[in-house]
Amino acid sequence: MSLFPTIFLRLLTTLITLFGVAVIIFVIIRVVPGNPIAMMLPPGATDADIQRLQALYGFDKSILEQFLIWISDVVRGDFGTSISLRQPVLNLVLERLPATLELSIIALILAVAIGLTLAITGTRLRGSRFESLIDMTNGIALSLPDFLWALLLILLFGVLWPLFHISGRISPALDLPFTSQFYLFESLLRLRLDLSLDLLSHMFMPALAMAIPLAAIIGQLLKQSLKETMHLDYVTLSRTKGYSENHVIIREALPNAILPTLTLIGVQFTFLIGGTVIIERLFSYEGLGNMAIDAVINRDLPLIQGIVILFALIFTLVNLIVDMSYALLNPRLRHA
Amino acid sequence: MREHRKKTKQRLGIRLWLSGGWLLVLIAIALLAPWISPKNPLEQDLFAARLPPFWMAGAEPGFWLGTDSLGRDVLSRILEGSRIALLVAFIAGTATCLIGATLGMIAGFYRGWADRIISRFVDIWMAFPPVLFAILLVAVIGTGLTSIIIAIVVIDWTRFCRVVRAEAMTQGQMDYVASAQVAGQKRFGIMIAEILPNVIPTIVALLTLEMGIAIIVETILSFVNLSISSDAPTWGGMIAEGRTSIYQAWWVLIFPLIVLFLTVLSFSQFGEGLKDRYDPVLR
Repeated sequence: MSLFPTIFLRLLTTLITLFGVAVIIFVIIRVVPGNPIAMMLPPGATDADIQRLQALYGFDKSILEQFLIWISDVVRGDFGTSISLRQPVLNLVLERLPATLELSIIALILAVAIGLTLAITGTRLRGSRFESLIDMTNGIALSLPDFLWALLLILLFGVLWPLFHISGRISPALDLPFTSQFYLFESLLRLRLDLSLDLLSHMFMPALAMAIPLAAIIGQLLKQSLKETMHLDYVTLSRTKGYSENHVIIREALPNAILPTLTLIGVQFTFLIGGTVIIERLFSYEGLGNMAIDAVINRDLPLIQGIVILFALIFTLVNLIVDMSYALLNPRLRHA
Repeated sequence: MREHRKKTKQRLGIRLWLSGGWLLVLIAIALLAPWISPKNPLEQDLFAARLPPFWMAGAEPGFWLGTDSLGRDVLSRILEGSRIALLVAFIAGTATCLIGATLGMIAGFYRGWADRIISRFVDIWMAFPPVLFAILLVAVIGTGLTSIIIAIVVIDWTRFCRVVRAEAMTQGQMDYVASAQVAGQKRFGIMIAEILPNVIPTIVALLTLEMGIAIIVETILSFVNLSISSDAPTWGGMIAEGRTSIYQAWWVLIFPLIVLFLTVLSFSQFGEGLKDRYDPVLR
């Protein structure tokens, strides 16, 4: 069997998943009590005004009709107009997406760096007291969610020992020369390292909070795989050849032990992106998640729909990429 | 080898005792809260607002852990908040477990169409950002204890479903299942009598973990002002209030946070400990 039917089937299930998300989100928020139109009315609005607005947003049609209109617009890239912000949903969402992506990627980099360090140090010091210390730290880091780590970091490094910013994306006093919303990426390209530094010192706390549980998962799994690999003959051989222990672990064992961890990182990355919703709120970070919570509070139906669909799209795409790259990386699956 | 096993067992024992001990203390506190709270947790006193904890200058006797910006006693609110936290943990945790594990068992054991449908739903559910989903649900069905529990069940059943499904699938391929089939047992009987007992340790570990997660979800909902009611003392509500006055009164945030840390940690460690203790391989 060649790879293409598999890919085709996988794409099809992705589409079904996305369609399911669209249906569920649409149905859920039609149950919302409280008329979103009422919020937009100026004092002294007449019944005719209300009806005009309802017609404008399509609330006067049946649910099935509303859904069909909405879904056909969505497929064409039109997510409607936000009720509370009165701008096209797509523009609003795309404006915030870069901030969330940058934060998630920094968090992922931190998680991988910490996880790798933990696993390698744990393997290097195996059998000693430090190994159990690392295992214990891992266990604790793993059992507490990003929300709690965020609060702890806010207290420790925002208030008691103020080292980092705990609110916002960039210092408001700075002049911004940016033409895109990818501030960090652009500041690096323009070699404005002062701005990059400011952005990073804003991102560090929220990113670290999201990275800690993931780092623990990576550390634990990779250490386990390394442990198994270290018993293999070829590792023993390279040790008898006289290579240092560090060389043996990093150059010989690691490349063979890392595959399960890579898949895990892919899957966990979607959880991390999902975590941005509350983390951005905690750190008043101007990203998609923060906007989502505002949208729910303001009962901004088109905006909520747009954001949820976008999140679902990101999640399914990440999963798709993980599956595909796993098939490519793993020769046994490639020829299956 | 035996020496090593003994050592592992000892460590497991301590973990189980510590986490179990803390949970017992918490249950006792929740049961006795109205009688042991030093103050009325709802009583406001604007003249006693933001009093620091007892060891700092400016503290008032009787307010051991200080007061919040409305002058309410932090310690009493933490004690009272344990009731809602544990209630949510036990009810939402158990309900999530029952629904998720049942669907997981059916999908993993019967396979076929049941599995295809259930798995498709799990996929769809996994494409929602969970926190946003929970916030949205509570915003839609209204705040209150029941809504919070419903929201937790709706967003988290997949956690049980996925794990139990995989476990039931593995168990279903074992020889003992085949021999039960040969012995003429019915499918349903095999699932309940043969497979379920082997999946129970995993379910129990997931259940206690879920109880901790349920408390976190309640906290997050309180944090965005969507929990029980703005004035009922919940840990999440205290944390939200503490976050806004963090520079003026850090104690409003730190004490509920410590309690929350210990509780969530205990739930997960207790589950892991139980699983290891009753794991036939380790035992």
